[in-house]
Amino acid sequence: MEKYRIDQSKGLEFGLYTLGDHIPNPLTGERISAEQRIHEIIDLAKLAEQAGIDFFSVGESHQEYFATQAHSVVLAAIAQATNKIKIASSSTIISTSDPVRVYEDFATIDLISKGRTEIIAGRASRIGLFDLLGYNVRDYEELFEEKFELLLKINEQEVVNWSGQFRAPLNNARVIPRPQNGSMPIWRAVGGPPASAIKAGLAGVPMFLATLGGPATSFKLSIDAYRESAKRSGFDPSELPISTAGFFYAAETTQQAQREVYPHVNQGMQLINGRGYPKQHFAQSADTRDVMNVGSPQQIIEKILYQHELFGHQRYIAQMDFGGVPFEKLAKNIELIGTEILPAIKKYTAKK
Amino acid sequence: MKIVGISGSIVGSKTRTAMNYTLKSVNEKYPAAEVTLIDLAEYDVQFSDGRSYLEYEGDTGFVTKTIMEADAIIIGTPIFQASIPATLKNIFDLLPVNAFRDKVVSMLVTAGTPKHYLIVEQQLKPILAYMKAQIVQTYVFIEEKDFHRKEIVNDDVFFRIERLVEDSILLTETYTKIRKEKEAKYDF
Repeated sequence: MEKYRIDQSKGLEFGLYTLGDHIPNPLTGERISAEQRIHEIIDLAKLAEQAGIDFFSVGESHQEYFATQAHSVVLAAIAQATNKIKIASSSTIISTSDPVRVYEDFATIDLISKGRTEIIAGRASRIGLFDLLGYNVRDYEELFEEKFELLLKINEQEVVNWSGQFRAPLNNARVIPRPQNGSMPIWRAVGGPPASAIKAGLAGVPMFLATLGGPATSFKLSIDAYRESAKRSGFDPSELPISTAGFFYAAETTQQAQREVYPHVNQGMQLINGRGYPKQHFAQSADTRDVMNVGSPQQIIEKILYQHELFGHQRYIAQMDFGGVPFEKLAKNIELIGTEILPAIKKYTAKK
Repeated sequence: MKIVGISGSIVGSKTRTAMNYTLKSVNEKYPAAEVTLIDLAEYDVQFSDGRSYLEYEGDTGFVTKTIMEADAIIIGTPIFQASIPATLKNIFDLLPVNAFRDKVVSMLVTAGTPKHYLIVEQQLKPILAYMKAQIVQTYVFIEEKDFHRKEIVNDDVFFRIERLVEDSILLTETYTKIRKEKEAKYDF
């Protein structure tokens, strides 16, 4: 776990992530400017750090209703504005980028942040960027696998010899600057069915698992498949960290939390996926067995501890800003996390 | 209430003829309803390539978005080679998982032979159920002999179409009302 900078004696790591969505507030119909949204994301990272939150990450989506296409640039600003919080991408679509450039960027952010940076590489759940950046979506899987392999190789070796289908070969190429400690944690972002989790396990790469909604036990299948395939591939699963990522919103009571966040989640889904979030499913998500962490601080603590018992994961990251949630609500959430949720979670998950 | 009729084939005229009668009946009985007919023969719809339905452009984008905005959908389809036509299956493939959640879907079928009667039960309904449609269970099955030169000549078919329209609207109204009452109780 040290290789991935995870110290289990401190308990489950708690982080925040944003997709960088830029969506009108459904309650007012108004949308803040991209400038304001980006500054609020940077401010959010600062607040998170002050509240003792372990991790903050920003994603890239290249389409309408998003503002952090250049997510590494936003992360560089966050690196400069913070001192101790870990920062990462959530996720970097390695399929449509050059792994050398991505590594140069993130190694630089790691130097700016003095060793706090990680990369989470994903395959994209929204595929608008394939057209925009000149890639064929039919190569969806192969683009990711090949470029992710190269990214991992660059992380392991400063001088790289490599050839593949989608990029010019590298002959004794030095990829610099190097991160502060020579390499940095690189995770594979996994969503949906276990197939992708199995690939992460076979490669012995840490896994970020998207767990947006539904029974926690469903996601346990992907986690088991991941550990099983890692073992089959000769890796020790106890050395490979797992993180989950999903919707989060806290308020004084569970009812209030649901009431405040539902319009945002519903509108966000409607605008980005073309279908809202069904109220019936959202109502069920209040159940402790459902993976969505929306509720009172007490309810969320119970949920996260239940998930931790089930998954044995090392990090959970919360998406609470989806769908135009106004900044003052986000600040209030961070306060509840810092004062009520974090202390309880750390207390009960610290490994002795 | 938004009602979309789909004429699911680019071959022949019988399904379109039957859909014309059907939507005329909707217009007469429910003048407040907003009715759109999508005759696939009139659109240049591309094959599904896996992207989100929001990202299709041109005719394909128009067809997918119109269907996704509907409250009720009346599907008219012929039967080819003991199955639904590829053009209709392509529409389903273009749409997302759970695309018909909270939508009512009813069906009208034209076929050259009564041997095709159960194709709807065995092949069309499972797709609609998988996509979460509220299905009007009874469908109208029209045979070749019920048509003559682009007109329906069997009075019984008129009555059956009338009942299909009534059932489609009734289920849409009832289901929408019940769902809204249920959702109001959630308090969020």
